[in-house]
Amino acid sequence: MINRRMNALRDSLYTLLLATMLLFSRPLLASDLLMVRTTQGFPEAMLALQNSIREHGYNITRVQRIDVGLTGMGYKTDKYRVVFVGKPKEIQYLVNKYPVLAAYMPPKISIFAENGETVLVTANPLVYAEMIDDDKDKILFRRWESDVYSVFDDIREAEDK
Amino acid sequence: MRKLLFFCCLLFSMAVSAAPHGDRLYASHCSACHGVDGTGGVGVPLALPSFLNNVPDEYLKKTIRHGRPGRIMPSFDTLSDAQLAAIVKYIRSWSDRPAPKENTARIEGDKEHGKALFAERCVQCHGQDGRGGKGTGVTFSRKRDLPIIAPALNNAGFLQAATDSMIHSTISNGREGTPMVSMLKAGLSKKDINDIVAYIRSFEESAAKLQQSLEASGEEPPTIVADSPYSLEETIENLKQAITDQNFTLIRTDYLEHGLVEPGKENRKQVILHFCNFGFLFEALAIDPRVGMFLPCRVTVIEKDGKVQLSTINPKRLSKLFNNHELDEACEEMYEVYSTLLEDATL
Repeated sequence: MINRRMNALRDSLYTLLLATMLLFSRPLLASDLLMVRTTQGFPEAMLALQNSIREHGYNITRVQRIDVGLTGMGYKTDKYRVVFVGKPKEIQYLVNKYPVLAAYMPPKISIFAENGETVLVTANPLVYAEMIDDDKDKILFRRWESDVYSVFDDIREAEDK
Repeated sequence: MRKLLFFCCLLFSMAVSAAPHGDRLYASHCSACHGVDGTGGVGVPLALPSFLNNVPDEYLKKTIRHGRPGRIMPSFDTLSDAQLAAIVKYIRSWSDRPAPKENTARIEGDKEHGKALFAERCVQCHGQDGRGGKGTGVTFSRKRDLPIIAPALNNAGFLQAATDSMIHSTISNGREGTPMVSMLKAGLSKKDINDIVAYIRSFEESAAKLQQSLEASGEEPPTIVADSPYSLEETIENLKQAITDQNFTLIRTDYLEHGLVEPGKENRKQVILHFCNFGFLFEALAIDPRVGMFLPCRVTVIEKDGKVQLSTINPKRLSKLFNNHELDEACEEMYEVYSTLLEDATL
């Protein structure tokens, strides 16, 4: 009995520790959109993005070449891709438990050329957290948010390499 | 256990007591729009001497805090005062001159005369009623021969942040490095400029009404959903037909788990249809290229427990994420398209 209580207390403290780390590992800003601009050209930024996504343990499920589609239809455009990202078990869990998320999964990151530089933008994963009720599952989106910031940091740091 | 508790407390106290780094905060939250070195892009160029020498720190702080409702610049209302001050200090480091003191004295003027002068001298860039230039300022939406999109002077965020004195000074001196010229040099008197300031200040009433209507607009559901009376296969065929009927091009049909699991092992009861109207896409990207993250258009069809359900994102809900009024109309149109598709596929 005592062991069980100790284990429960330990689990609670680990959760508190994780929540504290996630809470304070970033400035307390709640932007609906997360964006980053890099002075790298589009191909270098795209490569840095793909590498960082994989290093963070996520699959790239597809890259949608928006610019190719537009150009093919006669519209003039610069480089524009949409990268679909997710971890299999997390996406399966969320879609099965919360049908409302099916229309949004897997999440996407837009990457486009901007006047010789490159801009990346994605919805803050906390936007999805607002669509569900279970607080325990909301922490998953807090971790995704932290990972997006980390991926964007990697892209910024790749400028110096 | 005690070590863990101690570690938690230590981490908490370190996080709370650490002084915010303006450069890092700027890089994380401002540089994407305003440029890594403040030269602008989506947002106005902040590093211009003619800008920094004219705006007091309070203007920058209020702008960051309240943003520009409907004009892309979000409100960073969860930023602490210390973080906000750190960002402003960092922006200020691009100028070798001290920040001007804020002067909150009201300027009296003849707003009717100001209106006439505004129509003559300002409307071309700042638009009718001071609604500002169009577009986000990025590659898709404008030519690169202008360094700035004219700000919306009738925006509640602008009117809250800018003092009469600051507006007067900007009109008088212009803003070197942008198309904004000195109206004193262009022949206006200080009295004329007072009148224009009085006219711009009169936008406050309509700005407040617009903000109230924005705040009053109800929360939209996250998705548009329809239950299908047909089998999964029949529903997908109906949907393909509906997509074509709406003049969209079907790009591909995927399993939701495509790329997540080995090919052939996907859940075949979860299907996504991707489609596009390239003309509409081009127009949407011209309004705001950030919308790409919800593109291409898609409908998700899922069969669960013998029931088939279709769902799409709700563009009206998502339009709020972008804080861009210009997108609202396109999102309204897309909402109608999605609703029609779902209705047609399940009739």
